[in-house]
Amino acid sequence: MMTGKQTWVFDSPPSIISTGVVGGPLEEKGNIPNDFDYFYTDQWMDEKSFELAHQHMIEDACHYAIEKANLELSDIQYFLHGDLINQLTPSNFAAKNLDTPYLGVFSACATSMEGLAMAALIMTQMKADYVMTGAASHTSAVERQFRYPNEYGSQKPDTAQLTVTGAGIAILSKNGTGPKVTSATIGKVVDRGLKDPFNMGGAMAPAAYDTITRHLKDRNISPDYYDYIITGDLAKVGREICLDLFQQNNDQINENQFVDCGLIIYKSDQPIFAGASGPACSAVVTYGHFINKLLQGECNRILVVATGALLSPLTVQQKQTIPCIAHAVSIENA
Amino acid sequence: MKDHQTNYKDYEKAQEPKRPLLKNCIKAFLIGGLICVIGQVISTIYMYFFDFTEQTVGNPTVATLIFITMLLTGFGVYDRIAQFAGAGTAVPVTGFGNAVISAAIEHRTEGFVQGVGGNMFKLAGSVILFGVFSAFIIALIKTIFSYWSGA
Repeated sequence: MMTGKQTWVFDSPPSIISTGVVGGPLEEKGNIPNDFDYFYTDQWMDEKSFELAHQHMIEDACHYAIEKANLELSDIQYFLHGDLINQLTPSNFAAKNLDTPYLGVFSACATSMEGLAMAALIMTQMKADYVMTGAASHTSAVERQFRYPNEYGSQKPDTAQLTVTGAGIAILSKNGTGPKVTSATIGKVVDRGLKDPFNMGGAMAPAAYDTITRHLKDRNISPDYYDYIITGDLAKVGREICLDLFQQNNDQINENQFVDCGLIIYKSDQPIFAGASGPACSAVVTYGHFINKLLQGECNRILVVATGALLSPLTVQQKQTIPCIAHAVSIENA
Repeated sequence: MKDHQTNYKDYEKAQEPKRPLLKNCIKAFLIGGLICVIGQVISTIYMYFFDFTEQTVGNPTVATLIFITMLLTGFGVYDRIAQFAGAGTAVPVTGFGNAVISAAIEHRTEGFVQGVGGNMFKLAGSVILFGVFSAFIIALIKTIFSYWSGA
């Protein structure tokens, strides 16, 4: 049901019955290793290229999610997935092997929540039984596409962010136990004129602010309705700016409830600059860390606001500004 | 809209952590200087133990430095030194070597001809182009001046 201008409230909210979360070696040494199902020992994952390794992770995460739900692959009616690589090849190629009706989704690092919002919509509108959705990224594959060769010696500034290597998958079911996807706010593309691809948190903060305030207004709730408002990958710089935007506009948002996936996944002494980023960032932290928190009753209502910088290497070289988007999905215990 | 953008840009700039310019310069100076010292040591060794003169020792010294860079790049160490050193590792010939070698390694998956061959000079190509072009301009200026001065 449409509520307000941009928000869908699901009348019969689907449950997240199972998740599959995998990560790379740096993630294993990070802050939340217990929230993953599996870690790879290197960036190659026994494949011949980083792109194939990327695809490998997506397939593995799907299999973990299906296995944990006690389902068969054939039970999955739709699969929605996205990543950052050109033409979504890792997702498309993984979908080929999964042999499931598939929709490729792209909102850069906001892909996870675009996928979850659309999956929930398909569940409720099409009365589907099981829909699988997620997002993934591979730091070496992303680095070579968006920046320089991995072994090239360039000095990154402190505002840069590190792309997460991992994949996060969730399976939605109309019945079944698990936290429920209650509403989703579809974000607008916001461009405040920033051009620095090494400072995406700063570029994305206004998009996150826009979507969060819109969500709260549309649902007519105050921020304290949620235990956590979780942004995708604003990292240090972006989170500070977003908090500042709330304060400037006198919005009551508590600093402790406003957390960022990009600051949760790694330890601060790891070489991550301002924090983590990538489609996998919000996917693995939400489907791993926060779904576990919801299941254990440590929190009951969360709003996940995945943030994406919609740039390409070409637009950066052509000196275009960075348009950004944020999609919000609320997940609540029944 | 434009006003809105400018305001945010200025505001955002003020929130960003500043690049530690002086610290970066000192680090670049030290590491860059260290690479030059290593180069000098190699030159001296070549001149002392082999049949090289100060004029001819340049090429084997550069080749040796690039060979060391190749090893460091291949073992994944060079980019870590570069994060610390910045221009210190980018400006000397080792930086040029790293740009070529890292691109060659990265595009190995696309095959030797289209991958390695086609992409090896992706980063270093502009260095070669503008290096040769500026050398041409300087040579032209020198020729004109010596023609005028009748030398």
